[in-house]
Amino acid sequence: MRSRPILISKSIWDLIGGRIWQPLQGEFGFYPFIIGTIWVTVIAMLIAIPPCLLNALYLAEYARPVTRALLKPLLDLLAGIPSVVYGVWGMIVIVPWVQHVSPSLSKLLRIKVSNPTGYSVLAGGIVLAVMVAPIIISVVYEVVESVPDGLRQASLAVGATHWQTIKYAVIPEAIPGIIAAVVLGFSRAFGETMAVLMVVGNVPQVPTSIFEPAYPLTALIANNYGEMMSIPLYDAALMGAALLLLVIMVIFNLISAMILNRIIRHKY
Amino acid sequence: MHKRFRWRHIEELVIKIMMILSTILIAGSLAAILLTVIMKGLPGLNLAMITQIPKGGYYLGKEGGILNAIIGSIYLAGGGTLLALLIGLPIALGLNSYASDFQGHDTRWSILVRLALDVMWGIPSIVYGAFGFTLMLFIGMRASLLAGIIVLAALELPILTRAMDEFIRMMPLELEDAALSLGATRLEVASTVIFRQLLPGLATAVLLAFGRGIGDAASVLFTAGYTDRIPTSLLDPAASLPLAVFFQLGTPYPEVQARAYSAALVLTAIVFFTSLSSRWLSRRLGRFAVK
Repeated sequence: MRSRPILISKSIWDLIGGRIWQPLQGEFGFYPFIIGTIWVTVIAMLIAIPPCLLNALYLAEYARPVTRALLKPLLDLLAGIPSVVYGVWGMIVIVPWVQHVSPSLSKLLRIKVSNPTGYSVLAGGIVLAVMVAPIIISVVYEVVESVPDGLRQASLAVGATHWQTIKYAVIPEAIPGIIAAVVLGFSRAFGETMAVLMVVGNVPQVPTSIFEPAYPLTALIANNYGEMMSIPLYDAALMGAALLLLVIMVIFNLISAMILNRIIRHKY
Repeated sequence: MHKRFRWRHIEELVIKIMMILSTILIAGSLAAILLTVIMKGLPGLNLAMITQIPKGGYYLGKEGGILNAIIGSIYLAGGGTLLALLIGLPIALGLNSYASDFQGHDTRWSILVRLALDVMWGIPSIVYGAFGFTLMLFIGMRASLLAGIIVLAALELPILTRAMDEFIRMMPLELEDAALSLGATRLEVASTVIFRQLLPGLATAVLLAFGRGIGDAASVLFTAGYTDRIPTSLLDPAASLPLAVFFQLGTPYPEVQARAYSAALVLTAIVFFTSLSSRWLSRRLGRFAVK
């Protein structure tokens, strides 16, 4: 509701496509922030998905009961760690590490880097990846568990190895659930505020490589709320950002919730 | 034939090694987080830290502690959880008694409510915060403990309600049938039979929501404010631990930053303690439930 003034005064495509963010001149382009959010989230998912899937499959299919009994509570516990703590960890460990490796890495990839601090898209992506890992793993684990044993036994009975069974019998059955888990993780990463805010650098520009700083939507809202009253249309612009975030999240969550619900109903 | 046989076993081996490696990677990085927080936090942690409020010049590295944030966080999360429980418990009970047809099938209404709660669960906390802040401006409130509690309650409501709902759904239907056949009304079934059976699940859900609420910073950033004093009324602003970590880390003084690490450690310890006690409670209360 609060965002109405700006939605009236500017077309929605101007807002989403606008590249300039200068509240003092009345320029409110969300484009750098949207792109920043997408960059960080995609990097996080690229890092998180492969190990998470392998790990969940391992826990559900291969791991001995002892390992499972040890790792499951640990994952549950870690899913509960506040995001600020992840942010602190990112600042202490990940940012210096990124700072350390980014010159050599970027030389390897032949990208020019003008950001010497380590506060970057890559750092944000790594922290988010670690943050969403417990969520993705536990959902995928549940889904793989819910695949009926008969399928596995049939596959094993015709002489398939354990991995072939997983590849041809378990994964096809579980794929909608795996997608839902990924969407869930994606939306969690997309909406995360504090942890990202602390490591991503917060420079309102369109990042050109993963070593550049970015400025996600959530961080934009968090950083500017205090001062928004003094500049006309500023509060409306920020509420517009919140609205945008809300709409995106509702869509993502509807998708994943509907997929997961269908799977669970099939189970019974 | 022979070659194929060997190839699929190699594939099996490679995948298995990759799985174990990724398990080690994930467990390792999670352990690394804990280790970092403990290592960095312990040196700065002392008794004054958790028993005193900040004194003059605290943010320049002088005397004081973070008691204001600890108490504030407990007030905020506790109040939020209580409020969410008051609203969420009737919803969860209602979803499973009035809104379902007593044979374990869902009505269209209950499916819709569950879907709405699931979607609410995923909405980022910063959106809750922004929404709460706008509402506060609308009714002319200032940043206060009450506003923080209300926003946290909104944030915790879907978690709490869905967790309770899942526990209620796992309850054997025969219990309800037996009570109904003895002539109990739906309200009696919900309030006595289901409730007794649900106590362990309820405790788990409450502590889960509490843990989520206490760790959330983005939603209380604008709504609860930040202060050096311990709030004495609902309308005072309240400090919270995540924000204490965040603000102290932002200062240029190493001593203050060290305290941010300690505050992070305190916060992590509270979350862990909550999580562990929920496990313990659900096991203990579970003795009285029909399996």
